[in-house]
Amino acid sequence: MFDFTHLDLNLIWFVLLGLLFSGYAILDGFDLGVGALHLLTKTDKERRIMINSIGPVWDGNEVWLVTGGGALFAAFPDVYATLTSGFYLAVMLLLLSLIFRAVAIEFRSKVENPRWRQSWDIAFSLSSILASFVLGVALGNIIWGIPLGADKEYMGGFWNLFNPYALLVGLTTVALFMMHGSIYVLLKTEGEFHKKARGWINNCIIFFIICYATTTLATLVYLPHMADKLRQFPILFIVPLINMLAIANIPREIYHNRSLNAFLSSCVAMVTLIFIFGGGIFPNFVLSTPNPEYSLTIYNASSSVKSLNYMLNIAVIGIPFVLSYTIAIYWIFRGKVQITKDSY
Amino acid sequence: MDVLLLSRIQFAVTIAFHYIYPPLSIGLGLLLVIMEGMYLKTKNPLYHNMTRFWVKIFGLTFAIGVATGIVMEFEFGTNWATYSRYVGDIFGSALAAEGIFAFFLESGFLAILLFGWNKVKPWVHFFSAMMVCLGAHFSSVWITVAGSWMQTPAGYHIVGEGMEARAEIVDFWAMVFNPSSMDRLVHVILGCWQAGATLVLSVSAYYLLRNRHQEFAKASMKIALGLAIFASIAQLISGHSSAKLAGEYQPAKLAAMEGHYETAPADLYLFGWVDEENETVKGIKLPNMLSFLVHNDFQTPVTGLNEFKKEDRPPVQIVFQSFHLMVLIGMLLIALNIMGVIYLFKGKLFTTRWLLWGFVGSVLGPQIANQIGWITTEVGRQPWIVYGLLRTSQGLSKAVTANMVVTSLIMFTIVYTLLFVLFIFLLNRKIKIGPEDTTDLPKGQIA
Repeated sequence: MFDFTHLDLNLIWFVLLGLLFSGYAILDGFDLGVGALHLLTKTDKERRIMINSIGPVWDGNEVWLVTGGGALFAAFPDVYATLTSGFYLAVMLLLLSLIFRAVAIEFRSKVENPRWRQSWDIAFSLSSILASFVLGVALGNIIWGIPLGADKEYMGGFWNLFNPYALLVGLTTVALFMMHGSIYVLLKTEGEFHKKARGWINNCIIFFIICYATTTLATLVYLPHMADKLRQFPILFIVPLINMLAIANIPREIYHNRSLNAFLSSCVAMVTLIFIFGGGIFPNFVLSTPNPEYSLTIYNASSSVKSLNYMLNIAVIGIPFVLSYTIAIYWIFRGKVQITKDSY
Repeated sequence: MDVLLLSRIQFAVTIAFHYIYPPLSIGLGLLLVIMEGMYLKTKNPLYHNMTRFWVKIFGLTFAIGVATGIVMEFEFGTNWATYSRYVGDIFGSALAAEGIFAFFLESGFLAILLFGWNKVKPWVHFFSAMMVCLGAHFSSVWITVAGSWMQTPAGYHIVGEGMEARAEIVDFWAMVFNPSSMDRLVHVILGCWQAGATLVLSVSAYYLLRNRHQEFAKASMKIALGLAIFASIAQLISGHSSAKLAGEYQPAKLAAMEGHYETAPADLYLFGWVDEENETVKGIKLPNMLSFLVHNDFQTPVTGLNEFKKEDRPPVQIVFQSFHLMVLIGMLLIALNIMGVIYLFKGKLFTTRWLLWGFVGSVLGPQIANQIGWITTEVGRQPWIVYGLLRTSQGLSKAVTANMVVTSLIMFTIVYTLLFVLFIFLLNRKIKIGPEDTTDLPKGQIA
């Protein structure tokens, strides 16, 4: 085994978790977005195109959440325990939506009855929206801060989680995934359907930009600490700058019919957003209000250095494999969706 | 009901429901590799149809396995936050390894397995089947290692005191190869192989009884019977070794399995009923047989439950009954598989209706045995969540109230009931539709 203990392993794992959740946002983000847009299509053929555009890859994408959750448990057990038990009913809501989403995709195509299909279409779409929303609400609460006791336990109630700021971040997440998903649909379709998807994109972009601007404003007004790092290290301004340029570039690429570039811009926008989020909360993981000294930081809530070192070995060995065959699989399923007898 | 009992019930319900599916994925995954390998070797389209049919069933079980598996990953934290803080340093690395080595592999290559028939060369498809099978097996490795660590902790030390205490890893490999992990892993995988094999046997036998898809059914049955007889007999050896291990490291569990109270030479019950009040067992027994099985000697005493304080004993009746039923089912499966092989060699397997009906029903055997096997080992660990270190009652989430757990428990019960009904409905439908018949195609051509 390699020995990485001379490095700041807590920081490394904080960054790695950021990368895992970026991977999740980029990948599951587009299939959650496709789900959120699903009911905008009307015919069975269109809906099959929607589902089959994500058919081969959606459950691999969801594994990023599973691994992210596992890594959070492993590297920062206190954060994992505090958040999942504190957000108990919200987590249950997320799990419920993920269950329905998975089985809706799998079950829908198995029976040709229109009512059967319509029911699963609704389940697929609502659960996609709900899952994105709950994830965003959780994120919003982490930024806003939650009431933690000296024993690291959450002291608020269920409805505390649905404060206006968290709801706003939840909505922004839905909008972001819808925009991302609509670009993905554009990438994977052709002909009439392609034109239809172009119409969605403009609306999605407007929806997202309104949410994005409002969230940014609210953050700067109510949570000035999120900008502390920018004040300390002005060089970091480059990150929000890239973020804004990437978002602005999306409509431009769409206009020139370069959907892949638009999709990549959307990916860059997501990664930079997560970077801004991570940089903003650092070194806290979960900010405690009103007692900041009870906050869970990347140092007081982590596993031991030894454990982090073992896990980094696992990651260093495993991640190159994961990336290489994930890329290979996306390569195999590149191009426009074709409905065959193996399709959903 | 209090939050402890409710959380235990919820964990039991969600893990039991989840555990219907992974064994099918693991068992079917192995059979798919064999089937597709046979196709590549013989170019007989029969094996191609077979692989296609079982891949579809695999896809169905996999989807529900994933959906219910995500629940498990987060339930450690939602309901057992204190336990999660206690074991995170150790348990976490196994879970992370599970994600990185197993789940990505399985779900990634499943894309090719399900949708890649016409997109990749046959050998790439076969390679994908092998990777899915490997991923499914890996996924059982890491979670079994973590579960075994809770039974026989090793490679750790305790840091901090009172509410702050937690286990920290000292030696990764000692944790991975803790005393019970390899025995348990073999036991788990053999149980999974039986679950997969009996599903194939059951569906094939049904087709034979209904005079449908004869060639398909016969060939499927031969492959699955091979795996079933190997796994069922090997399971006997593995089970014996697991019980001996429990005697060594968790004597209270072994004593509960046989309702053995006084430390003395111990009997082995074939059937029985434990009178927990009077600390006796009524039933049919083989005198001193347990002592012989554990110590190779009829007179060596086996530690009884009376050596343990009342609050340190597991519930006896449930452990006793689930253990005995599991062993009984294991024996019946061995008998059925041996009959199957004998009749196969006599050339009468495919026409002997009573035996075929036996195989139709056999699909329930490993499913029930897997469930109650876990009940034996997990209830047998009680009252500990981590054996000897942390009590189950100490592992709860402090932020969670009974009302919250009632809400989620009702939710899971409704959703899982619905899922189960739909799963059976869709499985039944797929079986009724049956495999596609492309045997009239020229050799080597894929539909």
